[in-house]
Amino acid sequence: MDHDKVVLDGDDMRRTLVRIAHEIVERNDGAGGADLAIVGIHRRGAILARRIHGLLVDLLEHDLPIGDLDIAFYRDDVGRRAEQPTVHASHVDFPIDGLTVVLVDDVLFTGRTVRSAIEALFDYGRPARVQLAVLADRGHRELPIRPDYVGKNLPTSRAERVNVRVEELDDVDEVRIAALTGVTA
Amino acid sequence: MKHLLSVEDLGREDIERICDRAASFSEMADREIKKVPALRGRTVLNLFYEASTRTRFSFELAAKRLSADVVNFSASGSSVEKGESLKDTVLTLGAHKPDAIVIRTPWAGAAELVSRWTPAAIVNAGDGKHEHPTQALLDVHTLRERLGSLDGSQVWIVGDVLHSRVARSNIIAFQKMGAHVTLAGPPTLIPRGIEAMGCEVRYTLDDLGSADVVYALRMQNERMSESWVPSLREYAHWYQVNGRRLGPAQVLMHPGPVNRGVELSAEVVDSPQAVITAQVAAGVVVRMAVLYEVLAHSEAPARTPEGAPA
Repeated sequence: MDHDKVVLDGDDMRRTLVRIAHEIVERNDGAGGADLAIVGIHRRGAILARRIHGLLVDLLEHDLPIGDLDIAFYRDDVGRRAEQPTVHASHVDFPIDGLTVVLVDDVLFTGRTVRSAIEALFDYGRPARVQLAVLADRGHRELPIRPDYVGKNLPTSRAERVNVRVEELDDVDEVRIAALTGVTA
Repeated sequence: MKHLLSVEDLGREDIERICDRAASFSEMADREIKKVPALRGRTVLNLFYEASTRTRFSFELAAKRLSADVVNFSASGSSVEKGESLKDTVLTLGAHKPDAIVIRTPWAGAAELVSRWTPAAIVNAGDGKHEHPTQALLDVHTLRERLGSLDGSQVWIVGDVLHSRVARSNIIAFQKMGAHVTLAGPPTLIPRGIEAMGCEVRYTLDDLGSADVVYALRMQNERMSESWVPSLREYAHWYQVNGRRLGPAQVLMHPGPVNRGVELSAEVVDSPQAVITAQVAAGVVVRMAVLYEVLAHSEAPARTPEGAPA
């Protein structure tokens, strides 16, 4: 398998995030989104969370708390990885008790990152609800985790990699599917 | 990195990685739950052959904040008093399969020896006059937080360099991070030939004003019977870091515990430029980063099947 193709370009990504923001508002419109908070998962999830947060502030016409989580120390594969992860500090500088927290990540795959993120989030308090927004869901879940908001479903094989690139880190907004070298389906 | 035995084994990148990771742990101290599950299921053995308060406490706290199980061993009250050798103690305790052993001994080189007798990761928490690598790392971390970078900074290490493993580790670590190190103290307490480590040597504090950082060492009262200086009072007269000698922009460090009125005057200990409390706080996060570093590559207990994480 030697393909490498763009499945979402910059315009697609922008439209997708706008749609996700609208869906978040619709699903949480009970109190006008007063109890909403956005938390992104490092690194690209945190960047997408900031963009969704900006859209929500415009839609709701009020500010809402935003944070980010690094889940490196919550992973269940310490000692199994060839390389040690780069670690970023987490910032959840607001009380999350009683809030509806929307976790944001770029790609949903096995579900292990999300499991770690939920565990990390609960170390900051007890949210009333946790919802999950992902830009791309590529399947292959290993845990019973289901996203509430999906930008695009991307059925993939395990021999493929989904790469999300964002302007802030990679100078371009796009989602690509590429072959993962050395792995067979 | 399998063990942390000496600062000499670390490159600048290793030191920076450990300090960056320590910085990410600092945020935890303000949380309600000051704990992450990173080392859940791992066992850390604290093997202390010397009295220690802050080092042992901070290693224990560091391991617990990473959710590791901690067992503490003190030589006093153990079979060591019945004559058991270091090797036999390590073999006995090693039979319980600790994942990491944090060891402090009065014997230079003991940590390296222990690393040959057990498959556990070894962290040197001070071996005689040889090294105290985690102290050097926490000092670098404290200075990075305060100054941003050590590149081109002037660091003076003042006092009893002769008996100080902290000084030895810090000279190496500060230089690796780009600082210029000057040692100052009475000639009896500056080891002969230490210039070979790349540092300058002064026997007075006349030029202390050129330092960005003044690192005062503890005068080890317990060694004063050996007459390294005529008296502590005379030492204080010539070498005490006090308000007269320390400028307001200089950063003051000390590994603790401080002898107020001897190496430091009380006024500078309590002054805003003293980062002694910050050093203690850094002790926990840096030791968390070190334990994570040495254990993250060791084999994990069987938990989940192999699979690429999300």
